[in-house]
Amino acid sequence: MEEKKHLLEQLHDIQDADKEHHLSTKKVVELSEKHGYSPAKVYGVETFYTMYSTKPRGKHIIRICENQSCHMANAKNMIHHLEKKLETHVGGTTEDGLFTLELSSCLGMCSVSPAMMIDDVPYGNLTEDRIDEIINSYKEGK
Amino acid sequence: MKIYRIHALICAGGQCISAGGNDFEAALRVEIEKHGLEDEVQIVETGCMGACEMGPMMVVYPEGTLYINLQPENAKEIVEEHFLKGRKVQRFMWQKEDGHFPTLNEVPFFALQTKIVLRNCGIINPENIDEYIAYDGYTGLGKAVGEMTPQEVVKEIEDSGLRGRGGAGFPTGLKWKLTAQAQGDQKYVVCNADEGDPGAYMDRSVLEGDPHTLIEGMAIAGYAVGANQGFIYCRAEYPLAIKRLQKAIQQAKMAGLLGKNILGTDFSFQLSIRIGAGAFVCGEETALLSSIEGKRGEPRKKPPYPATSGLFGLPTLINNVETFANIPVIVSKGSSFFNAIGKEGCRGTKVFSLAGHVNTTGLIEVPLGISMKEIIYDIGGGIPGGKVFKGALIGGPSGGVIPSSQLDVPIDYEHLNTLGAIMGSGGLIVMDESSCMVDIAKFFLQFTVDESCGKCTPCREGTRQMYEILDRITQGEGVPGDIEKLESLGKVIQDTSLCGLGQSAPNPVLSSIRWFRDEYLAHIEKKECPAGVCTMKKTTTTKEEPRRGRKKAST
Repeated sequence: MEEKKHLLEQLHDIQDADKEHHLSTKKVVELSEKHGYSPAKVYGVETFYTMYSTKPRGKHIIRICENQSCHMANAKNMIHHLEKKLETHVGGTTEDGLFTLELSSCLGMCSVSPAMMIDDVPYGNLTEDRIDEIINSYKEGK
Repeated sequence: MKIYRIHALICAGGQCISAGGNDFEAALRVEIEKHGLEDEVQIVETGCMGACEMGPMMVVYPEGTLYINLQPENAKEIVEEHFLKGRKVQRFMWQKEDGHFPTLNEVPFFALQTKIVLRNCGIINPENIDEYIAYDGYTGLGKAVGEMTPQEVVKEIEDSGLRGRGGAGFPTGLKWKLTAQAQGDQKYVVCNADEGDPGAYMDRSVLEGDPHTLIEGMAIAGYAVGANQGFIYCRAEYPLAIKRLQKAIQQAKMAGLLGKNILGTDFSFQLSIRIGAGAFVCGEETALLSSIEGKRGEPRKKPPYPATSGLFGLPTLINNVETFANIPVIVSKGSSFFNAIGKEGCRGTKVFSLAGHVNTTGLIEVPLGISMKEIIYDIGGGIPGGKVFKGALIGGPSGGVIPSSQLDVPIDYEHLNTLGAIMGSGGLIVMDESSCMVDIAKFFLQFTVDESCGKCTPCREGTRQMYEILDRITQGEGVPGDIEKLESLGKVIQDTSLCGLGQSAPNPVLSSIRWFRDEYLAHIEKKECPAGVCTMKKTTTTKEEPRRGRKKAST
């Protein structure tokens, strides 16, 4: 019982330690064998939650919010702009492997909407210019 | 203790950081050092101050000068003029319409609030337990374990009239009593910090701005119901909150306020954090418990309620962050203090997050029973750009819309229910005339369709059907009878869904039909969107059999 309690955390740990921020089949099977879960159970859990990925992702994960407040603040245009700037689509990874673009549930930054988070860093009051500036700073820092 | 001439409180809440607050703070530190003022000016990183619209913001004491929308390049002038020469830099300060520059406590947004839950947010450094203790922190826990029996603590909470702040408003004292009475050697206290309602972020602010109040509230609960283990289930979207919570738990352990033999008594209480992974349904209490157990976050049937059979099948007390944050105050100041705020049946305060088309957005804490008008116009400063108020969405995807005709109705659990809305977690999104109600309703349904866990049919299939009807209407393909179909589907989903997510999912649609039926009719009959939001297809012939809906229904 003690072990089962930590399944979500174990999955987070595996994903965080992975260079491509995902849960590979190999790792999941290893985890199952180690704790005596069926791989199907672990797969069932990891695919239930949106923050786990079974596909490899980029170095930085951009989560852009498109919930109510952000929706009213033109989040759609920001998403289109990001897609154009990164030359990828929501759910996709850039060619250089630097960014994966995802939609997020409400980030709780409704007063500074539209908002997004890159890895653990929040960015609010987004405009097209500000997005360019932010993305460029990550590109330079790679 | 070191005495400083100036205290510069910089908001380090998530929203100010996201607006560039860290860069300003770094620049300010450089300037202070350059002028050798390190021993005269103390910079304090506080939790969220509430007026997120004004961020990044800084309050300078002793006088309470309010600097807003700060940029790194402003730091030099503030240090050279204000900190060195005592001349406030007015162009960075908040200015009233009459031209005055009020101090923090004179700004209506702050002056009209009553703070219990947010009492320390924006005042103390959340990463320093000493600052929490200096503001009477942990006196409630000390009083509970030192002077009161567990039964007396439960009685105090019952007498306070506090009701759950997570949505449904269940009497907190009764929940505590049921858990205390449940049989079992092992019990748990769980905090629901999986705040997922779009538009609500008060729990985030408490977690980031005053984590010790949650820890203290949960420890008191553990003592009252007989639990020695607590879990905080926090969503993974709040990394800063998790970091500050971890730090706070560590500090509380070191100070003997968590762990074995708290304050030298027989009472022991361990507290751990469990991190979610992005599933809205986990905010529902039984789904949350499944998730802590390491399973898919699917809700369970109630009864049995968590009070008798909760986490791992054992008696569990589960409250949300805002509810727990009230507890230390109720215990230390007594239920009569709390009872004097609010109105009959709805005691205390409620935190609302004000967003959308309103002049000052941010977090506000007000006594229950206040009217929507006071919130939007007196505290929020009204609607920007001279536009007209249309409606306020309260309670997120589970709530409803309050139209302008109902602005004077007091905000409490019962009145909101009669209006077809719910208190929910307190998300309040203000809309002006440029918003389309059908579009908003569709937007929320889309949310529910995405977030439905799929376990029960009414929620999984019913919300999708409703969504498809709304989708047609917003594209100019609505047919007569659609409104009635939405109403009857909504009723069935409310009555037959397994958990709160499904049961409340039709609320935004039903309440917008109730107050804005004309707008639905305009879409359906005239193929017009009065607000000009929906792109209507220019077809005059209405198809009797909606293709989209039928096709998808069979999948």
